[in-house]
Formats: sequence, C-alpha cells, structure tokens
Amino acid sequence: MAEHCLRFPGSNDQPAVLIVPPLFDEANRMRRTLVLMMRTLSALGTSSLLPDLPGQNDSLVDTEAVSLNDWRCALAAVAAQENRPILVASWRGGALIDDAVSNALGWWRMAPIAGATIVKAMIRTRIACDKESGRQSGAEAIRASAAEGPVELAGNFLSAAMLDGLDAATPSLVEPLRQLSPSDVGGSALWLRAEPSEDATMAEAMAADIHSWAAICAAR
Amino acid sequence: MSDGAAMVEATVRATLVDILGISASRAAAFDETTPLFGALPELDSMAVATLLTELEDRLGIAIDDDEIDVDLFETFGALVRFAVGKALN
Repeated sequence: MAEHCLRFPGSNDQPAVLIVPPLFDEANRMRRTLVLMMRTLSALGTSSLLPDLPGQNDSLVDTEAVSLNDWRCALAAVAAQENRPILVASWRGGALIDDAVSNALGWWRMAPIAGATIVKAMIRTRIACDKESGRQSGAEAIRASAAEGPVELAGNFLSAAMLDGLDAATPSLVEPLRQLSPSDVGGSALWLRAEPSEDATMAEAMAADIHSWAAICAAR
Repeated sequence: MSDGAAMVEATVRATLVDILGISASRAAAFDETTPLFGALPELDSMAVATLLTELEDRLGIAIDDDEIDVDLFETFGALVRFAVGKALN
C-alpha cells in the first residue's frame, strides 16, 4: 500500500532532504513546525520530502502490524526511488531508523533518543492512566501481556516485535553527522508539548542549518 | 535552599515550560503552593509520564514506576521536593 509523502520542491542540482520525523505522539507535536521548516527549505532552494511511515500519520496500516524493521525498509525504499543525492534529517526517535538510507550524503539529527526511553514514557502513560481509573498496573505485567497480543500504550497498539525492537534500538553511528539540540537553533523541545504548538523561528533556523549542512556534505 | 536544590528547582521549572508550553515568566511565578495536577488541564497522564521521563534525563535520576502518583504533582512544591530528594540523596 503506497504511503503519502509530503514534498516541497527545490533546485534539482541540490541534494534532497529526506525527513524522518519523531515517532508516535512526538510526531504529531512536531509536524506543523516540520512543515514550516520544509517550506523555508524550499525557499532556500532545497527540496525535501516527508514520507509517512507505515502505521503513522495518514497511513492506513495498523500500527500493531509494523515493526521497527518495517520502518527501516520503508525509508530505504523511499530513498531508493529518488534519483538524486539525499541528506537524511531526523528528529528524536527518527534517529533510530535513519541509517536505513545507507547511501546518504550525510545525516543531520535533532535531539536523538534511545528506543528504550520512548517505551518507558509510553508504559508510564499507561500506568498513570490506569491509576487515574483506579486500576493498578505495572511495567512488567504490561510488557508480559505483549506476548498474547498487541499492547495499548498511550493510544498506540504495539506488537511484541515493535516493543522488542524499540527496547534494543539506539541511534546508529553514521558519518558525516551533524547533531543538534533545540538550544542550538534558539528553539525548545516542541516534541514534549502537551498541546501541539509551532515555532516559526525554530523552523527557519533548522532549515538554514540543514540547507548549509547539505551543501557541505555535497561538496565533500 | 542549597545551590544543588536551587539547580534542581530551576530544572523542574524549565521542564514544565517545555511540556506545558507556558511562558518562562509564568513558570517563574510558581511557588511552593501553586497547584499543578487538576489546575493545569495540559497536565494529563501522558504529560505526567513525559515529565517524569524528562526529569530523569535532565537530573540524572531514576524514578520507579511504582512512584508514579498524581500526588507528586499536586503542587509545584511537592514536585520540587520529590525531585530534590532523588537528585541530592
């Protein structure tokens, strides 16, 4: 099933930027600012694409049917269809799968995070929810129930394969890599926001940084 | 308040700014008795989980899942006391 892919045009002789968004809820909180950033990249002459990972955003695939490895394969397939050099830019959990584009000119990462931290926060959301409804639950019991079927964590149904994949995943060593934190671009950790927000200044600063990093990588 | 406790309190304030999307000046006005959970609609279960996980990272502390309790978030003072107890002991 073909997934949606948001594209903004740019100059054809420049590398294209493949955007790997954060995973799960953090993706929703960042999407608006990421799209603002793509628009700025386009104005600077750099094209970009933001594919939906299967089971995320507009995808019709059930999240419980996918694993981290499926996402890596999906990214590699998107990159393979581009007939020009690619710079991969990832945010947060996106850094767990961005090395799937093995022939990229370079990588750019914003505040990468370990998969185990993502799982921990999701399991805690479930525990906090259960407590509010007067039910006691624990991380071990929740994890154990994944053996019998997908587990609902913070509104996402995750398979045992996805949980195991996330638990073991850390951002891979890639080269050349430019890695930033929000303060480097005068921004804040928008992906933590309880209510999605936007930061146009941060979007412009990220676009300028990615644009110049793409040029540096292309000249290597 | 010791320097260490003041640093922990500043970290808790900064984390609340990031998660709740409130202004730094509003967070600066939080005091011991400022109510959090129940008073701030943004502070739902997911925000509570995000806050605890982020505090672990920023303060280098470990929080047990058994400790996840809305009482921790009743007031700003209660949350700071919890974080200081973890970070400085």
